[in-house]
Amino acid sequence: MADHGPDKGIKRWLYTTNHKDIGTMYLIFSLVMFFIGGSMALVIRTELMQPGLQFVHPEFFNQMTTMHALIMVFGAVMPAFVGLANWMIPMMIGAPDMALPRMNNWSFWILPVAFGILLSTLFMPGGAPASGWTMYPPLVLQTGDAFPFLIFSVHLMGISSIMGAINIIVTILNMRAPDMWLLKMPMFVWTWLITAYLLIAVMPVLAGAVTMLLTDQFFGTSFFLAAGGGDPVMFQHIFWFFGHPEVYIMILPAFGVVSEIIPTFSRKPLFGHDSMVYAASCIAFLSFIVWAHHMFTVGMPLSGQLFFMFATMLIAVPTGVKIFNWIGTMWRGSLTFETPMLFALAFVFLFTIGGFSGVMLAMVPADIQYHDSYFVVAHFHYVLVPGSIFSLFAAAYYWLPKWTGHMYNETAGKLHFWLSTFFVNLTFFPMHFLGLAGMPRRIPDYSTQFADFNWMASVGAIGFGLSQLIFVYVLLTCKKGAKATDRVWEAPKGLEWTVPSPAPYHTFDTPPVKRVAQEAFE
Amino acid sequence: MSHADERYYVPHDSHWPIVGSIGLLFLMVGVSTWLNGADLGFWVMMGGVAVIVTMMIGWFGAVIGESQGGLYNAQVDKSFRMGMFWFIFSEVMFFCAFFGALFYARNMSIPWLGGESNNFFTNLLLWNGYESAWPTNGPGEVGGDFETMGPFGLPLINTAILLTSSVTVTIAHHALIAGQRKILSTFLALTFLLGFIFVYLQAVEYIHAYQDLNLKLTSGIYGSTFFMLTGFHGMHVTIGAIMLFIIWLRVVKGHFTPQSHFGFEAVAWYWHFVDVVWVGLYVFVYWM
Amino acid sequence: MMRKLLCSVPGLVWAGAASADYAVNMPKGVTELSAETYEIHMLAFWWCVAIGVVVFGAMLYSLVKHRKSKGVQPADFSHSTMAEVVWTALPCFILLFMAVPAAETMIKLEDSRDPDMSVVVTGYQWRWHYDYQDSDIAFYSSLAESSLKARRLESGIDPYSVENYLLEVDNPLVVPVGAKVRVLLTSNDVLHAWWVPDLAIKKDAIPGIINETWFKADVAGTYRGQCAELCGKDHGYMPVVVEVLEADAYAEWIAGQTADTTGSNE
Ligand code: HEA
Ligand code: HEA
Ligand code: CUA
Ligand SMILES: [Cu+2]
Repeated sequence: MADHGPDKGIKRWLYTTNHKDIGTMYLIFSLVMFFIGGSMALVIRTELMQPGLQFVHPEFFNQMTTMHALIMVFGAVMPAFVGLANWMIPMMIGAPDMALPRMNNWSFWILPVAFGILLSTLFMPGGAPASGWTMYPPLVLQTGDAFPFLIFSVHLMGISSIMGAINIIVTILNMRAPDMWLLKMPMFVWTWLITAYLLIAVMPVLAGAVTMLLTDQFFGTSFFLAAGGGDPVMFQHIFWFFGHPEVYIMILPAFGVVSEIIPTFSRKPLFGHDSMVYAASCIAFLSFIVWAHHMFTVGMPLSGQLFFMFATMLIAVPTGVKIFNWIGTMWRGSLTFETPMLFALAFVFLFTIGGFSGVMLAMVPADIQYHDSYFVVAHFHYVLVPGSIFSLFAAAYYWLPKWTGHMYNETAGKLHFWLSTFFVNLTFFPMHFLGLAGMPRRIPDYSTQFADFNWMASVGAIGFGLSQLIFVYVLLTCKKGAKATDRVWEAPKGLEWTVPSPAPYHTFDTPPVKRVAQEAFE
Repeated sequence: MSHADERYYVPHDSHWPIVGSIGLLFLMVGVSTWLNGADLGFWVMMGGVAVIVTMMIGWFGAVIGESQGGLYNAQVDKSFRMGMFWFIFSEVMFFCAFFGALFYARNMSIPWLGGESNNFFTNLLLWNGYESAWPTNGPGEVGGDFETMGPFGLPLINTAILLTSSVTVTIAHHALIAGQRKILSTFLALTFLLGFIFVYLQAVEYIHAYQDLNLKLTSGIYGSTFFMLTGFHGMHVTIGAIMLFIIWLRVVKGHFTPQSHFGFEAVAWYWHFVDVVWVGLYVFVYWM
Repeated sequence: MMRKLLCSVPGLVWAGAASADYAVNMPKGVTELSAETYEIHMLAFWWCVAIGVVVFGAMLYSLVKHRKSKGVQPADFSHSTMAEVVWTALPCFILLFMAVPAAETMIKLEDSRDPDMSVVVTGYQWRWHYDYQDSDIAFYSSLAESSLKARRLESGIDPYSVENYLLEVDNPLVVPVGAKVRVLLTSNDVLHAWWVPDLAIKKDAIPGIINETWFKADVAGTYRGQCAELCGKDHGYMPVVVEVLEADAYAEWIAGQTADTTGSNE
């Protein structure tokens, strides 16, 4: 209801329809998941620190790899972006709340159920799923009791994402302030709109794929069984039809965040706003026709391999447009380097490095060497950790004052940034060398020639993990910081900066009048 | 209180979503343990279903109450419509996965097992003598010999039934807009009756397939795609028919006006979607 | 430990150039196509470096020169059609330069016609089976005893004391130098992948399907690789070893094989 504040106690969180409360819950949930998934990564890295098996059995190692990825992808990165969308989109477009607030609550509260089920598999006979986050059959069919739980938790994640995405689309298309026409929307809103379409298009396909796994296992279908006329590779096609757009689901909102932050700290409008929109749409479109670049070694016909190679390489072009536009934004600006800007800049640098290795991976003959080696692991951690995760940190620092009404501790923020940046490179850069030298991924132990770089990566990972504790410190001490002004930064653009800090429980009871809107966009 | 007169409407807090989540928890845990062989799982699953049904009745009931109470404005109506539209789109994509499997099997994996493209040795060394064909239960003849359903007979009748029902629901819609309540309720009733007849005939068809044709879910890739596609479709028809029935009850109670009848339209869209999927099925599963 | 830590940082920075015991790049390998693959890898790499120099250079320039602390007033331009056209078109051309040679190599890689010999390679959880098509030689190839003992959790054996730890098998695949070997891959249970970096081939072994690939090693020697598709708990323990022998040595090996009871291996 528009005219009173939040409920008291636990009911506020269980029953809420408020986009800010739900956004907060999403963000906290994803942070918790980041720590759980990260702890699993540390188990991986600790085991890999030295050659020889020191701490865990190979089965458990594979469970860690699988759970780490599932939790990070579906539990940390995606919900974090949905949390940001919940908090910021209504404020950025002058809406009172999300369009379908009760469903919004449900999309969130499905997640703890999904991940509760997934995490509980760790304690089941046969252990957690251990076939990689890609769940390839026939191996995945050897999972123990965890198998149906895995399938259904994936279904739940899908349902949650689809409902979240529908909500975001409807909010953006139906709840905008009257004079905010589409091409005037802030980049973050734009990238999320496109992301939401990707989500609705591919999450159901994933649901279909895992449903086929379920029926192959329990009801005797032959989708992935050659003797019955199916094909194990068919699963990979369906999975990656979902999987490749999925990786852009994890990066497009990050592009949006960075496109908000760089102009603010360059004190200059975003360069080429419209071409940014077209580039993002282009990336989204292309993402549907490149999936088989994950499958260059499965024995596809030559023509298929060539097609997927060309299509994949093309994605570098619109992505390049984004990078160049950010540099164009900084060019002849008046730059300052607060923590959000630092994270955004590191994003541009390090994501580009990840993108470069992506283009190398797209070249089929070379990929035949890279595939399923640590080179791939290096590639995707570069785009995901200093990519998606850094953009999330940037967003958190950028909007924390708006959320809490207090400035965070800048010194701690900078320390968090520098340590993270140093350690993230120490962790993931050597993995390129490991992969090129021939170390396969998903192995618990390795030949002694790989020892040195693995040792570095493990040291880096522990350092990176510890550095994240600073972020927690920043969050916990934020309330003690100086009071934030409404605009917070010197020259931010957008409606969210026209409301008080902290943003009131209900932001816009009535549509913001034209004057306000114009001030914010022009 | 909430203001219907202003532009924005923000609904009350609600306990239904969390009830729904708890229902899902029981449902999923129940099914999983059941599949793993524990009978108790079945009852947990049924408990979950009960909670979810309660939630749906409660949640939809609340929304219907608010709608009848005149709390919603045009913007809310539009939000609901868009929401429904994109929900249906996601359902379409779900079916796409299974259609994709069908096309892949027919155009890729089956010919490859038969030695085409770069799979000469697959056929020579592993499945010697297997010739690619459709329908097939694969080179391993999984599930044994079977016959297919054929496009005429029951499937054709079912096609006619569904197409007719799409017409009747449209007539009902026009009647609703024109304020002709009698025609509305008659044709709506006709629509869901046709829906239930369809489901009944499909059950007959399945029994025929299992008993007389030896066509089963386990009949290789043909059986897999046939039953998964028609089965999921049948499930959607059942849900759609139940929803039509509920809408009909609401019509009888006097709900909906010529201007505002989102609930009716949502279900009608859903019904058309189910119909379109069937046409795809009929063409690609039964006919070609 | 401290020594390693100290080495780490410069090791990272100079990794490409420096120390010989760190393998940091893709091997050039011992086949014509492995050399071509290496070239393509380097081509892509240097293009990325070049683009990186330009992109990061421009960015760093801006970061240094256009700071508020230097008193710069922000400009207010927000687009430039010219620039945008250039930086859309230029990458397209660059990509073309990379794609064409890659496609050419690809076509050669797929051409497994007219081999001198064929081997059917079958993946098992967790070992390989080699079946020579032109003779009745067939055997399993599993992780060598020495590694097997050392790999156990808390085995107490230092991996450094084991020669070719995890990369040694009991029976390697033996082929003659200079022969075009067609590898026909399949699997008996789950997916595996047969990978030997020096031969630049990696192909999945899929149950129910036969995948083809080939190599022609120009230099005799022992080449080591590993299973490259997650196949369960011992995925890390099913290495691939290919021994490429000179013609006479190979003939001798063949003779030895047919003499012994190959059946005991079956
Ligand atoms: C956020 C996630 C994300 C993003 C954004 C990307 C982006 C890209 N990825 Fe990545 N990728 C993953 C996540 C991601 N990837 C994951 C998780 C996997 C592994 C999954 C698994 O197996 O578990 C993977 C695997 C993967 C593979 C399969 C490797 C293998 O298993 O063998 C390939 C192959 O083509 C690939 C390619 C690309 C390309 C071409 C891009 C492009 O979008 C990159 C484009 C960006 C740039 C190129 C940089 C900026 C551009 C310029 C400065 C312009 C000029 C540049 C040129 C002309 C080169 N990726
Ligand atoms: C968004 C996705 C995401 C993110 C953020 C990460 C983050 C990290 N990943 Fe992950 N990773 C994947 C997605 C992701 N990964 C995927 C998709 C795979 C493929 C899986 C597969 O093969 O199926 C993978 C696989 C993968 C592997 C390969 C495993 C294998 O092949 O066997 C490794 C190995 O080093 C690794 C490491 C790390 C590390 C060190 C981090 C770090 O960034 C994590 C940092 C976070 C923390 C460390 C937690 C926070 C801090 C604390 C808990 C405080 C306490 C700390 C201490 C006491 C030190 N990841
Ligand atoms: Cu066999 Cu991995
Ligand atoms: Cu991809």
